[in-house]
Formats: sequence, C-alpha cells, structure tokens
Amino acid sequence: MSGVVATGALSPSAGETRAPLLDVRDLVVTYPVRRGIVGALRREPRRAVHAVDGVSFSLRRGEMLALVGESGCGKTSTAQAILRMIDPVSGRIAVDGLDITRLSHRELRRTRRAVQMIYQDPYESLDPRFRVRQAVEEPMLIHGLGGDRRERHRRIMEALARVELTPPAMYLDRFPHELSGGQRQRIAIAAGLVLDPALLVADEPVSMLDVSVRAGVLRLLDGLRRAGDLGVVMITHDLSTAARFADRIAVMYLGRIVEEGRATEVVRDPRHPYTQALLSVVPKRDPRDRATPQILGGEPPNPIDVPRGCRFHPRCPAVQDRCRSIDPELRSATSIEHRAACVLVEPWMESARPRGER
Amino acid sequence: MTLLEVRDLHVWFDLSGSRQLHAVQGVSLDVDAGERVGLVGESGCGKSTTILAILGLLPSSASVAGEVRLEGASILSPEEEVARPHRWRDIAMVFQGAMNALNPVKTVEAQIVEPMELHGTAEGAAARKRAGELLEMVGIAPSAGARFPHEFSGGMRQRAALAMALACDPKVLLADEPTTALDVMVQAQILELLERLARDLGLSLILVTHDLPVVAQVCERAAVMYAGEIVEEGAMERLFHSPRHPYTRMLFAATPDLYGDEDVLSIPGSPPRLDRGIVGCPFRSRCDRAFDRCERERPVLRWVEGGGSAACHLNDLPAGASAGST
Repeated sequence: MSGVVATGALSPSAGETRAPLLDVRDLVVTYPVRRGIVGALRREPRRAVHAVDGVSFSLRRGEMLALVGESGCGKTSTAQAILRMIDPVSGRIAVDGLDITRLSHRELRRTRRAVQMIYQDPYESLDPRFRVRQAVEEPMLIHGLGGDRRERHRRIMEALARVELTPPAMYLDRFPHELSGGQRQRIAIAAGLVLDPALLVADEPVSMLDVSVRAGVLRLLDGLRRAGDLGVVMITHDLSTAARFADRIAVMYLGRIVEEGRATEVVRDPRHPYTQALLSVVPKRDPRDRATPQILGGEPPNPIDVPRGCRFHPRCPAVQDRCRSIDPELRSATSIEHRAACVLVEPWMESARPRGER
Repeated sequence: MTLLEVRDLHVWFDLSGSRQLHAVQGVSLDVDAGERVGLVGESGCGKSTTILAILGLLPSSASVAGEVRLEGASILSPEEEVARPHRWRDIAMVFQGAMNALNPVKTVEAQIVEPMELHGTAEGAAARKRAGELLEMVGIAPSAGARFPHEFSGGMRQRAALAMALACDPKVLLADEPTTALDVMVQAQILELLERLARDLGLSLILVTHDLPVVAQVCERAAVMYAGEIVEEGAMERLFHSPRHPYTRMLFAATPDLYGDEDVLSIPGSPPRLDRGIVGCPFRSRCDRAFDRCERERPVLRWVEGGGSAACHLNDLPAGASAGST
C-alpha cells in the first residue's frame, strides 16, 4: 500500500522547517437560513446553518488528505472556503504561510492560481464548445500568464503530457463530447495544472466515472503529488478510495472533524464510534467478508439544530450520559497523529491528558 | 425452480441515418424464485436496457428480439396487452434516483395506491390500508404517507419507491442502481432493507449496478455484462475468488477495497462501439491475455469449472492457463 509508505518516506524535517502548504485553523462557515415573510413578521430569530463549525487541519507538500463524510458534513463547504468561493465567518486559512482569509478579491488572484479545484463532473466542468486546446489555455488567459502564443502552446502540451494524454497533439483539437469520461477528467486536471498550482482540491474527482477508469485518474493524482511539491485535498464519500490513495484521512460529522490520522490507522483502528460505523457499512469486494454492518438509524441531523454535547450522541451506539453535556475535542488516540473526538478515547499518552478533563 | 427466464435477448435502438445500436446482444439469464442476482457492468454495457426490456418499458425507437418467460409463459411481445398484465403485478421495478420516479404533485400514499387501483389488486380504503402497511414495512410511519416526495430525504424517497414497487405483491423486483445517489450510511440502510424484504417476501431480486462490492454484499449470484452481452455468470464467491473471464478479474482489480493492499488498476482502452458489428472477442483490445483466436472468433458463454459460465477462449486452454490468473 504505497499511499501510506510515502508518508513515512516524506522527510519530516523538511516538512517542519517550511510552513505547511495549507493550514486551516478553527474554520467556521455558516449560511443564513431564510425566515420567509411569515417568520420575519413573527419575529422569529434569525438562524444559521453551521456548515463548518471549528475545523482545523494542515497539509504538507506532496501529501494527499482525504476529507470524508456524509452529505451535509461540511466537507464541500470546507473546500469552498479554502478556495475563498465562500467567506468564512471566523478562523484562519493560510496557503504557503500566507493568510488568505481576509484578502481582498484583487489580492486573491495570485492565491487562486496556487489553489486549483477539480470538480466531480467533467461533463459539466468543461465547456462543450471549447476544444481541448482552448479549455487548457483559458486559465492562462484569465490569469494573464503563459507569455506569448508559442509559450502558452508549450505549456498546454506539457500539461496534457502530465495528465498522461499522449501524444498531446492528438487531443488538442478534440471537443469534450469526443472524449471518454476519464479523458475529460484528465483535461479538467490539465486545465488546473497549467497554472502550476501548489494545491489541488478535488471534490469527488472520480464518482461520476466508470469503475474501469477511476483507478487511472486516482493514480494520476497520486503520481502528481508524489512527483513534486503539489498537495492534494480530496473530498470523497468513498472510504475505500480514501484508504487506498490518501496519506491521511479526516472524517467529518456535522461540521467538525471527529477523527483524523494516517489512512491506515484510521481505517484499521478507528477510534470514533462514527468512523467505526461508517467503516463497517462499506461494502467489501469479497462476499466472504460480510461483517455485520453497524447501521446507524435515521439520517445525519440537521446542521441548523446541532445537538448539545457531543454532536454525534443522538445516533451513537456507545452513547453515555456525559455525552449529552461534554462536547469532546480531538485528542491523540493511538499515536500523536491519530486523533479522535470522543470521550471514550483513551489518551495515547497519559501525560498528554489535560488535568481536570475526564 | 426457474421463475424468470431470459433467452437470447437482443435490443436495437434506431440511430439517425438508418444506423442501429445493438445495445443488448443475446442475453440469457435464469432467475429462481427467491434468488438475488446481480447484473453488473459499466455504463453502456446494456444492463439497464436488459431489465427495461424484461418489463416491456423500452421506447418505441427500440426493437427487441428473444424471449422472456415468467413461470413458463412468454411475456415479451410488441403487443402491449401481453406485457401489461404482468407489469407491476408480477414484476416491479425500483429506479435510480427516486425523485425522478416519484410524482412531485401527489402524496406518497396516493402514489402507492395508484398501481393497486390501476392493476386492480385493491381499491379505496383497502388500498389505503395496504399503503400504510407497505410504508411500515419499508420503515416509514404510515402517517407520513400524506406528505409529498420533496418533504422526504433521499433515503426516505427510495424507501417510498420500494413501497410503490411492492404495492401489487410482485414475484420479481428489478432494482436499477437503487443506492447510487445515496450516502454510505443510507445506502447500507436501503441494501439491508432490500435484502430483508427479498428474504421475507420470497422475492426474486435482480440488482443492476456498476458497484461490485454492493452486489457482493446483497446477491448470491451475479452476471457480468460487457458490450451488450453477459461475459461471465456464477456464484459471487466464485467470481471473486476464481474469475474465469479477464474482464471480471480486472473489474475487481479496479475496485479499491478498504483493507486490500494490491494495486488498484484501471482497465486500459474503452468498450467497442455497438453501432458496428463486432468481430472476435469484444474485450480483446483491453484484455491482457488476448491471443490470435480472440481476433477471429467471438467466444460464447460456456460452463466453467467451479460453476457458472464464461465467454472466454482462455477457458479452452489446458489447465493452469485459466482466464482468471494473470
């Protein structure tokens, strides 16, 4: 399992001396809920959806982090905040040491170049009237990059080669409808790479693709980040994909990260009851491998009404009385890197346990 | 006992310029009473077309040949009167994306009652009472039947669609990607429900999906489709542990597993066009073990060692060179 071996191989000292590529601290994103005219007349309080409610994580160069969770857990809002497509209410997002949280739209331009997004559906993210050449050239024109025509052409060819569409010349004049789903997603990735970004945020990059080509696109992302300084944040609901391709996994529930750690640790030794349940329901390829799934009832609760105490307690199979009042923080579970937010977590180091907390 | 028999089913769609797309190319499949069978393949392989043909729901631009028998009686015919008495009463279907299958301006209860009245299995108060029972069976409070589909979450809509499919007490349930748009936890709920209902009601289930692990979890047996035909069929365990067609083996290898540590490998190339005749094996250009015979001769489904069947010339080679091994 190469994805995890690489984490160890990545020199920790190099990672520590430089600022992390991406550092997100206490990120909060809310959306106002429309009251409607009746609500306004009745003077109902204004309410907000707490889409992201205090999320912190960081990413090193050459690393791939998977944000996993069910719909409504806040993973996409987190990604959109990183790209400043939405403005966070509070918290701090730093890219390469630069705080981008409060940058004006003008100042953001340079950051936008450094952070590129790959969308779920390459059938929608590519303009059907653009040939491949135009689709990959467009970002350079928008950002006023790439120099003259000849230089831009060179960059287009290089980007196509990086996404393994070879020979690139064969693809230049094609339209999206002439390409397969996998090829389209590669074009979308090429259009992101042409600006030479430091960070790719990929939102469910393969879920619309056929099984036979998914692995190819995932391996491409994997290869890109291993080849250079590129970091990848992959948003996915598919834990198997996260387990196989990411170095680290962060499991989100109702706007919080509830467990985080190296992919192998999280998958093989999950500590949060939510992660345990989520992993237990992932269908396995081997029919003999039918463990009893731990199916949680109901649906994820509404982020308008976040439960008091631990936000998972109404669905938790291991709920205790104290969970109704204690809102647990992430703390080290099986190693310093592997953290979970649950009162049941035995702290990894006794001395690391804050006094007075039980 | 064989309940549903599909024999040499072909479907062609008319394309512009008098061309035709041969979407289903001779599919044969037997389903026993109470059996759960998966129909697996990638987009465009003909799996959805196959089950729409079984229900007689293909558009008029399609022409169909072959035979579909239910308890021995032929139900495939261009005459609507032949298929209609069986549709929903004997064979019902759950579609992908329940929001599109449900009518947004009718209450959920009314939509469960509708097929009963249409097919004459129950009426009025009796039908409404039955609708309440069905809702309870799929895990929805009967009182919620008065609500509209948009008031339901995705998982509840899929449950309601399931109640609708069960309204006339069918023998066979066809489910087309019933959990594709759903979250993992909701998917687990629906799959568990589907399996339990099939068991409790003695239903035969044909589960159509691109997702091998889903089939591995729910079905005893599966048929793998490629380019309009079944290329391998057999017990799920046999397919996973000793596949006899390279496509089956490569599909499993392309599917990441939570705890697996082999490389996840994509399948190079793309499926053949179905608007032209196919010479030789349709998979040969993507196959890692193709040899000269695959160029000339299209393999047919044949019994293989270990049960089931596969359409691959490698199975004719001496032992040790089987299609499953690399």
